[in-house]
Amino acid sequence: MSLTVAFVALLIGVVVWALLARRLIAKPWETHGTMDTSQGENATGVPSARIGLWILLAVITSLFGLFISAYWMRMEHGHGDWNPIPIPHVLWLNTTALILSSACMQMARGAAKGAHPHRVNVALIAAGLLALAFLAGQLLAWQELNASGYFVTGNPATAFFYLLTGVHGLHLLGGLVVWARTVARMTRAGVESIDVRLSVELCTVYWHYLLLVWLVLFGVLLST
Amino acid sequence: MAYVAIADRDHVLHDPQTFIRKYIWSQDHKVIAIQYAITAISIGLVALAMSVLMRLQLGFPNTFSLIAPHNYYQFITMHGMIMVIYLLTALFLGGFGNYLIPLMCGARDMVFPYMNMLSYWVYLLAVLVLVAAFFVPGGPTGAGWTLYPPQSVLPGTPGATWGIVLMLLSLGIFIVAFTMGGLNYVTTVLQARCRGMTLMRMPLSVWGILMATVLGLLAFPALLVGAVMMTLDCLLGTSFFLPAVISMGQPPTHNGGSPLLFQHLFWFFGHPEVYIVALPAFGIVSDLLSTHARRHIFGYRMMVWAILAIGCLSFVVWAHHMYVSGMNPYFGFFFATTTLIIAVPTAIKVYNWVLTLWRGDIHLTVPMLFAIGFIFTFVNGGLTGLFLGNVTVDVPLSATYFVVGHFHMVMGVSPILVVFGAIYHWYPKITGRMLNDTLGRIHFWLTFLGTYAIYLPMHYLGILGVPRRYYAFGGTTFIPPSAHWANVAITVSALFVAAVQLVFLFNLIWSLSKGKPAGSNPWRATTLEWQTPDTPPKHGNWGPKLPVVYRWAYDYSVPGAKEDFIPQNQPAGDQTPEGEPAEHVPPTAHGAPV
Repeated sequence: MSLTVAFVALLIGVVVWALLARRLIAKPWETHGTMDTSQGENATGVPSARIGLWILLAVITSLFGLFISAYWMRMEHGHGDWNPIPIPHVLWLNTTALILSSACMQMARGAAKGAHPHRVNVALIAAGLLALAFLAGQLLAWQELNASGYFVTGNPATAFFYLLTGVHGLHLLGGLVVWARTVARMTRAGVESIDVRLSVELCTVYWHYLLLVWLVLFGVLLST
Repeated sequence: MAYVAIADRDHVLHDPQTFIRKYIWSQDHKVIAIQYAITAISIGLVALAMSVLMRLQLGFPNTFSLIAPHNYYQFITMHGMIMVIYLLTALFLGGFGNYLIPLMCGARDMVFPYMNMLSYWVYLLAVLVLVAAFFVPGGPTGAGWTLYPPQSVLPGTPGATWGIVLMLLSLGIFIVAFTMGGLNYVTTVLQARCRGMTLMRMPLSVWGILMATVLGLLAFPALLVGAVMMTLDCLLGTSFFLPAVISMGQPPTHNGGSPLLFQHLFWFFGHPEVYIVALPAFGIVSDLLSTHARRHIFGYRMMVWAILAIGCLSFVVWAHHMYVSGMNPYFGFFFATTTLIIAVPTAIKVYNWVLTLWRGDIHLTVPMLFAIGFIFTFVNGGLTGLFLGNVTVDVPLSATYFVVGHFHMVMGVSPILVVFGAIYHWYPKITGRMLNDTLGRIHFWLTFLGTYAIYLPMHYLGILGVPRRYYAFGGTTFIPPSAHWANVAITVSALFVAAVQLVFLFNLIWSLSKGKPAGSNPWRATTLEWQTPDTPPKHGNWGPKLPVVYRWAYDYSVPGAKEDFIPQNQPAGDQTPEGEPAEHVPPTAHGAPV
């Protein structure tokens, strides 16, 4: 819990500092006029969708931060009923697939900047397929655990394993929906379209973010 | 990267023509705001009716047998949950947030209108799932609005099979709806302000709503985590929260879970939730006071900083709700300290409200009455909060009516007074007609005095040791007969106050067609929403050209100006007499803003 608090405090601090600090000392009752420097209809100069995504990532970070806090607190509070489980080996393979998927996304983004339609297409579809492979691998890990008698009702370490991987998988699934829409839009409008480029960029950010979340979760699962 | 802001895109300006696109599947923030408000108020009336039934039981335990003990617990749970989340959170952010943010910032609409529409429909789904709990076997959950395990899922608690699952499901859906709305509110404030509208020129209403949304976005995940894990405990039989309990003589089905973990998660959401409700109220009441006192808000910068400080501090006080759950004394000391520290920015706000009134040209309009009523109620409720923030005082009072009195004053009545004031204030803009003034005054005085008659005696009951959460007190010897008479008086007042709300509802509906036409700016206010070309504002809000802002939102009674208010979109030269430099306002003109 204290970790989450520290995180939230840090997050709010960074947001306040980055966005506001300079502006918060303005004395609005002293200055008149439009103050042309700072404002337009797109006040930050950044696409709205990108800001929306970053805010969403903050929300998801809060969610996973709290899940991990809950994980640690349950481990402390549990009076010795916590039995670590053998981590299925397939998870290493899955992690590799997710890293490759993220790398493909990055390639797609680079190709989109240079407007190479074919390369964007290939890299984007490869990234999506690798993410699907990751999800299939996660299901395989569940099956493996289930087959060796680690049911969700068993000990809290098992329950948390299913819970954390499940929630992460759901977030990736949501990403894949957006990915599918991006692919469809690209075949319709072509990679030169601004919207498509922005979509590819945002997918990339989301992919890297979910990779980071997975690495943290995997680390937490491995270390306990 | 070339980018076209959503406000500039042509399709936003095309008016939707069909009735369904215009009023039902609408992407217009004003329509969505009204949808949110009507849904929230409707479900709020259900919660009000439940509180009337509970008060009848408490005041006249032997006369009315309208509700059974298990109904009492179900009503207490649903009343709390509905009022805090489905009424206040949804009304302040979904209702007022949706209506005011684009209009006050000078935007045509929210940045993501489709997601905004989706947010409302998902919220409606959450409300329907909540209501569905009344019609399932066992009825809604009776676990108390905090849903503490293990009792919330054990047999013997009403609704332990279906009710609790529907409640958790409904909360999950609500959080999804809120996240979609919240992304919109924050992005819109950051992105879609019109030219000249710097952050420090935004009206405090927008600041309050913005910070409350940020709190909601970061705090609701805690509730979601708790809800997901408890749902798994209920449905799949995991043991996240459920310890080994021998229930009704049955061997334990769970093992080793931690009820305290749930409490931490719940209150990590629950305390910021207090400020999710309070901060929009703080912001709105600042604007009401300034407008109706014809005076600039005192200490605008302090007000903004206080909002930010309260927002940050609200994340480090949650365990003051858990003093009686047992904790390390140092832990309690820490949380008591942070709790008292949060009183500092809050007190700054109260001083600034009072100083805004000082030497103001106070117009006792209905919105102003509610705003001043809020100051009184909030101070009363806040002071008892100082009592309860201390561990040693909280422990004996925690399970008594003192707590009921405290949080209803500070978190129930205070924000609701602001809601009423805000509705009286903005109804003319929303509908183009004024609400009836006489009915409004009757509504205010009876509500204001009535709520004091309800909640003030509860503090005394609490000090006598009358326990909360009880269906009936039976022949308990330490409760004197006078406590019973207090309960009767409270119930009579509660019936009275509930009945007075019908006057308000009648006023809302009657004034739609019979109210006095309002004109575009009946309160002679400075903020942008009163400067729209049409009243009520049309789709796209501003006609062909977006407004441009030249000044802050509080230029009231500026010396030398022709009128006692200067709208934000009035260029600087227009209102200053010749010879005086337009860019400079002498410091004495405004007093000395902090």
